[in-house]
Amino acid sequence: MLAVRGLTKRFPGVLALDDVDFTLRPGEVHALIGENGAGKSTLIKVLTGVYRPDEGELLHHGEPAAFATPLAAQGAGISTIYQEVNLVPLMSVARNLHLGREPLNRFRLIDFARMHREAADTLREYGVHTDVRRPLRELGVGAQQMVALARAVSVNARVVVMDEPTSSLEPREVETLFGVIRRLRAAGVAVLYVSHRLDELYAVCDRVTVLRDGRRVHTGPIAELERLELVSLMLGRDIGEVRAEGATRFGADHSAGREPVLDAAGLTVPHKLHEVSLAVRPGEVVGLGGLLGSGRTETVKAIAGALPLAAGRVTVAGRPLRTGSTAAAIGAGISLLPEDRKSEGIWPGLSVRENIALAILPRLSRAGLVSESRIDAIVDTFVRRLRIKASSPRQPVGELSGGNQQKVLLARWLAAEPKVLLLDEPTRGIDVGAKAEVQKLIDELAEGGLGVVLISSDLEELIEGSDRVVVLRDGAVVEELAGDDVTEDRLMRAIASAAEEAAHTGPRAGPDEPGGGTAVPAESGVPGRPPAGERDTGPARTGSAHEKRSREGGRS
Amino acid sequence: MTTRTAEQATAGLGAAGPPPGAARRAAATAWLQTYGVYAGVAVLLIFNTAFTDHFLSAENFRTQAVQVAPILIVALGMALAIGTEGIDLSVGSVMALSTSLIALYLGYGPWLALLVAIVGGIAVGVLNGSLVAFIGVQPIVATLALMVGAKGLALVLLPQLRDVRDEGMRSLGSGDLLGVPYPALIALALVLVVGFTVRRTTFGRQLLAIGDSRPAAELAGLPVRRVLICVYVCSGVLAATAGFLATARLGASDPTALGNLMELSAITAVVVGGTSLAGGRVRIAGTVAGAVLIQLLTATLIKHDLPPSWTQMAQAAVIVLAVYAARERGKR
Repeated sequence: MLAVRGLTKRFPGVLALDDVDFTLRPGEVHALIGENGAGKSTLIKVLTGVYRPDEGELLHHGEPAAFATPLAAQGAGISTIYQEVNLVPLMSVARNLHLGREPLNRFRLIDFARMHREAADTLREYGVHTDVRRPLRELGVGAQQMVALARAVSVNARVVVMDEPTSSLEPREVETLFGVIRRLRAAGVAVLYVSHRLDELYAVCDRVTVLRDGRRVHTGPIAELERLELVSLMLGRDIGEVRAEGATRFGADHSAGREPVLDAAGLTVPHKLHEVSLAVRPGEVVGLGGLLGSGRTETVKAIAGALPLAAGRVTVAGRPLRTGSTAAAIGAGISLLPEDRKSEGIWPGLSVRENIALAILPRLSRAGLVSESRIDAIVDTFVRRLRIKASSPRQPVGELSGGNQQKVLLARWLAAEPKVLLLDEPTRGIDVGAKAEVQKLIDELAEGGLGVVLISSDLEELIEGSDRVVVLRDGAVVEELAGDDVTEDRLMRAIASAAEEAAHTGPRAGPDEPGGGTAVPAESGVPGRPPAGERDTGPARTGSAHEKRSREGGRS
Repeated sequence: MTTRTAEQATAGLGAAGPPPGAARRAAATAWLQTYGVYAGVAVLLIFNTAFTDHFLSAENFRTQAVQVAPILIVALGMALAIGTEGIDLSVGSVMALSTSLIALYLGYGPWLALLVAIVGGIAVGVLNGSLVAFIGVQPIVATLALMVGAKGLALVLLPQLRDVRDEGMRSLGSGDLLGVPYPALIALALVLVVGFTVRRTTFGRQLLAIGDSRPAAELAGLPVRRVLICVYVCSGVLAATAGFLATARLGASDPTALGNLMELSAITAVVVGGTSLAGGRVRIAGTVAGAVLIQLLTATLIKHDLPPSWTQMAQAAVIVLAVYAARERGKR
């Protein structure tokens, strides 16, 4: 169907692909895996016409082919679905689905009735039940991804390339996606599937190709390959070593019977959180379980002062925290690694150095003047400690791989010397190697006496990483698992029971996602309306508190 | 699909960079964005040396330096605002307000008049900054409101032209130190101060962080609102100072004309100097060169007897070129 022979691709200073052979057969789902920088993206871009090979050839139906542009590749039946959704948010769902090939009536105008009908029919197959006349942005990220998928597939694709399609989907949607993939396979379509999630590869893929450092190190049926073998191929590490250390890098539990370093009680944010309470002891990792939109992200954001609270109080190491101010939270020793690394975490245009130092700049300055030598010292320490791979500390962070971006963020927060670390999906979208390093680091930090709150959609990670797991649903705590109860089974059941009930509450308008139907704009300061009974439960912080934080300024 | 992939290519996801052809083009535009303004200044200097009478005279250089000073000073403030992914359209009106206040208070001496003018600039800056930082009005809208408001106030305070009779003030506009005119010296000093502020102070670093990603800055606990207000205050103070120098040079306060279209010249100087409108970067040296470029362009066209309308068209062409160069290096 689609193949490359002896493919070599060079970039200034880098050999991105080195003599790679790769064949995609009709009717197969082919997994492509490798660490970031292994050459996956480059290979995909050659296959889809973004890059041209330096050496070697591209075969399409056995004939040498050269796609001059991505459009030419599309014309040849090769569709690509990227990690991030690439649609027009303000246009209706139906328009997005049919963009560029809208059904026309006899006056050569768009036949809206037909377009809406067809769109609704198509999307139903993808598990998206919505009014297709609504603007796309009102849908959740997962549903948007489904629309993108439906669009890509409906252009009569013979080859579908999926680059981490599940990174923003929730489990139910992943199942739907797999259903679609299986139907594509049955119809003889070739699917190239890129993902860091091993579960998914085993669930849906037939064959696997492993890339490492630009070379192909393995191709074969995935069923014949044990998980650990796969990981060791990818990392180039010995199987025994991987087996001994486990698939994730979390070590033993670190229970500590001390007083809680973080004690949050009765956190309430209108429409988002309802009386969520959470305590973390030094050296303890508390997992937050639940589906997308269950209030996990809101909980940590509220603790970190990024969401104004209608009610509730937060105590850090015995001291009450002024809520609703990120600066106050950081000053008290709370650091949040946000879920959306690209838009809320890094400063993409600024250097590694600035990204690490900026949050604690007042500490690295005297009388408002920045001390370059102190910055260098701290940056140097963390680049080495976290093994951040950058060409120099002056390289813009936007150019780094996802894993290294995440390490830079971790460095930023560790430099702030926190007492409590709130980690929202710390390993999402980063490669296996970096993932292991991050997991190991979390472990070490907890051992060092830090209180950690861990949010992860990766159940394995949540279970192995957490000493305790608090399960949320619809913005409230439903269950707490501790000790031997922290098992995949118990967690699944706790979440699943939540999911069942959530399924009846209609279309998913998760507060986790901007643009969710019921979402209240977080920036507006939410002029109150806390339920009357809750006004006295804590210092009500609304708009004014939110505004104060800028005047509050730097940390002590 | 094509734009998306192009974005991916420039974003350099994974280990991959853009393909060689695009890489060469990107490198060329990058060069143009960074050094194009210096090349432009050089070209104009060479052209004028060859074809303009009396260009290489000390007197001419003094004139050019005096004329470029206000543009440059205003452009410095504009560069700060643009660095935060904002803009300040009110600078021209602040100059007008400044000249009105100076006319009213010059009786108490030039320094007190300057002080009052600067207070006016601070007031406008605080209003601009508060609208942007607290109310969340888009900078272009907030400063547009102040642009109209401040101009109105200037005309209420001083409805028509008034001559400057203060000798100290006049000598500031025309005097010099070791042959360098005072306005140029003041502009140079301010360049150094602003450059130092951007590079070496926490305020400067935080400003760039806000421009690069405001959500990240808020989550990282930076004093976002305070910095934004400071930025617009700086811009207001610089514009008021520019108004003071322009008044001194002209020997008259004319709020109907002073500062007109200054915001456009300042934005041009900043953008041509390689500061991206997407924020997160401030190029002070480039801004200086940008202001000089505009001044030389105007002077060249005037000296070759072309009507002033040509200057505006030439400026437009330069802006288009600068924005084109900035295009491929814009934000992801």
